[in-house]
Amino acid sequence: MWKWLHPYAKAQTSYELAGKLVPWFVAVCSISFVVGLVWGLAFAPADYQQGDSFRIIYIHVPSAIMSMGAYTSMAIAAFIGLVWQIRLADMAVAAMAPVGAVFTFIALFTGAAWGKPMWGAWWVWDARLTSELILLFLYLGVIALYNAFSDKVLAGRAAGILTLVGVVNIPIIHYSVEWWNTLHQGATITKFAKPSIDSSMLWPLLIMLLAFKAFFGALMLMRFRNEILQRECHRPWVKALVMQEK
Amino acid sequence: MLEAKSLSCVREDRLLFEDLNLTVAPGQIIQVEGPNGVGKTSLFRLLVGLMSPYHGQVFWQGQAILDDRERFQRALLYLGHHSGVKPELSALENVYFYQQMFEPDFQGDLYAILAQVGLVGLEDIPAAQLSAGQQRRVALARLWISTATLWILDEPFTAIDKNGVKVLEQLFVEHAKRGGMILLTTHQDLALPSDAFSKLTMVKPELDRMYSGDGL
Amino acid sequence: MSNAFYQVLRRELLTAFRRIADVFNPLWFFIIVITLFPLGVGPEPQLLMRIAPGIIWVAALLSSLLSLERLFKDDFSDGGLEQLMLSPYPLPLLVTAKMIAHWLLTGLPIILISPLIAVLLSLDLTTYWAVLLTLLIGTPVLSFIGAIGVALTVGLRKGGIILSLIMLPLCIPVLIFSTMAIDAASFNQSFVGPLAILGAMSIASITLAPFAVAAALRVSVS
Repeated sequence: MWKWLHPYAKAQTSYELAGKLVPWFVAVCSISFVVGLVWGLAFAPADYQQGDSFRIIYIHVPSAIMSMGAYTSMAIAAFIGLVWQIRLADMAVAAMAPVGAVFTFIALFTGAAWGKPMWGAWWVWDARLTSELILLFLYLGVIALYNAFSDKVLAGRAAGILTLVGVVNIPIIHYSVEWWNTLHQGATITKFAKPSIDSSMLWPLLIMLLAFKAFFGALMLMRFRNEILQRECHRPWVKALVMQEK
Repeated sequence: MLEAKSLSCVREDRLLFEDLNLTVAPGQIIQVEGPNGVGKTSLFRLLVGLMSPYHGQVFWQGQAILDDRERFQRALLYLGHHSGVKPELSALENVYFYQQMFEPDFQGDLYAILAQVGLVGLEDIPAAQLSAGQQRRVALARLWISTATLWILDEPFTAIDKNGVKVLEQLFVEHAKRGGMILLTTHQDLALPSDAFSKLTMVKPELDRMYSGDGL
Repeated sequence: MSNAFYQVLRRELLTAFRRIADVFNPLWFFIIVITLFPLGVGPEPQLLMRIAPGIIWVAALLSSLLSLERLFKDDFSDGGLEQLMLSPYPLPLLVTAKMIAHWLLTGLPIILISPLIAVLLSLDLTTYWAVLLTLLIGTPVLSFIGAIGVALTVGLRKGGIILSLIMLPLCIPVLIFSTMAIDAASFNQSFVGPLAILGAMSIASITLAPFAVAAALRVSVS
């Protein structure tokens, strides 16, 4: 069933495939980023309550969604790495963690900047901001653990286990924090309820989301390629590659 | 029979050895030798399943050891550099713990076993107060209890005196005669009958040696 | 199999009792941390009662963190851990014995001295009951989740700080629900809800953590 995956479990194949994919992600990212940002910042109507300051959602919401999306992708990669003993999957975890952490930080930072005009304070202990902060801690834990090992194969496996433990805990943390404090406005985009946001604002938001996804994909693939090179530096194909680029 | 097929070991991005094949048949005693840092301990840890190889597999009686750890570990006795002797516990308590964990069916007298390794009168002293050689003897006492067929011993003679080495050599020969298998490292020259005894010499790969097999 | 479990548990307790000071140190630490708060915020009983749940649980978290490193460190350095991993018994079973021993040596003493905390922080009887129950149900979670962190970091030279970085965020739900239960009790409300959730977390961590710990140890030992 998983036979078709095996060629991709080879480092060199993955390295080349990732190299081919990067330009596409970069292209999608740059186009949708420009379109989404211009549309969202210049053409979408201002909010009737929050005025122009709501426009920060075009950064805040996509990065918040991606902060969780990145962790989920890490968990999936970690699961694959642990169950099928595929070291490349562990490398992918390591490649994604810092990118996800930065998204989380952006979400927190824009959340705080948005909070200033809305709530009158940079930081309030609202449930979703707090969960996001704890998510940042989880990311930092994975990154710190990964960097603490000198043998990077072991580092990848350890980081993978921690990621899986974290992903089991995330819903528990999320609901406990939610219960601890429910102050925030209701979620803006949900699957079940009808969106409470007007389509003239929603479209640029969705385009920005696409831009962030492509951005994540591109960054992750670039870091993944670097990881492969570093980890495989004792292999002839890497040497050949380096010689050729000289 | 223990078989290692095309084992490769990479530690911290450095190739220790590559494409190593090894077979240990019943009745064999194999001494693995080579300079420090050549990867003897790593090889042993791969063979017992404490480390997973970069490439290749280890088989016990034709089955990969990682597929059925329990079956393999019932037949295995491994003693590493650190032999798991708790300094807070007495010699007897230490041996008793390992007897209960590994040989629960053993009926003999643990005092007699300790006497055989030369620890008469020291049974109830905390292991922390014993000398290095005596602590090593506490760990080695397990060999007299063991019914495991495969013994993998990393530097068993460290801190053991000449007399002790002789006793151990005797035990190894007996174990091999019973159809046991022994893999060990030591820097000493062993006086063992040549029919069952062989040596495996590991050499260092060149410094910038590249790994050529298909890994990952 | 149950004999192996018993043997590991027995050896853990035996070694700990031979070095009894190691058992008491985290306990002193717990009491000292609790003493710091009245000194820091002032001794008014009203105020202390208000912040007591937080103090008790933060102190419990920190003291369990302090004692956790010992869980696998000695075994790791004297080779005992390798021997446990090579014994013909499932590793999750054996580490469960070790974790239970750890709880008996760190969680249980805190529960035993909890009346002292009640006096220090001027808690009334209902609140004290809530404290006792949350400690009883919540401290195993700390031992079991903490064990995952220790198992991941035991092979590292400076594992202690990373242990706290990875373990503390995972323990936040325990902190939240325990303090919620104690808070409810101090207002004379029912605290069965948060306590039940705490119980669920306790059972979940006791059943799942051993497997994570075993997997993590296999990484750390290799």
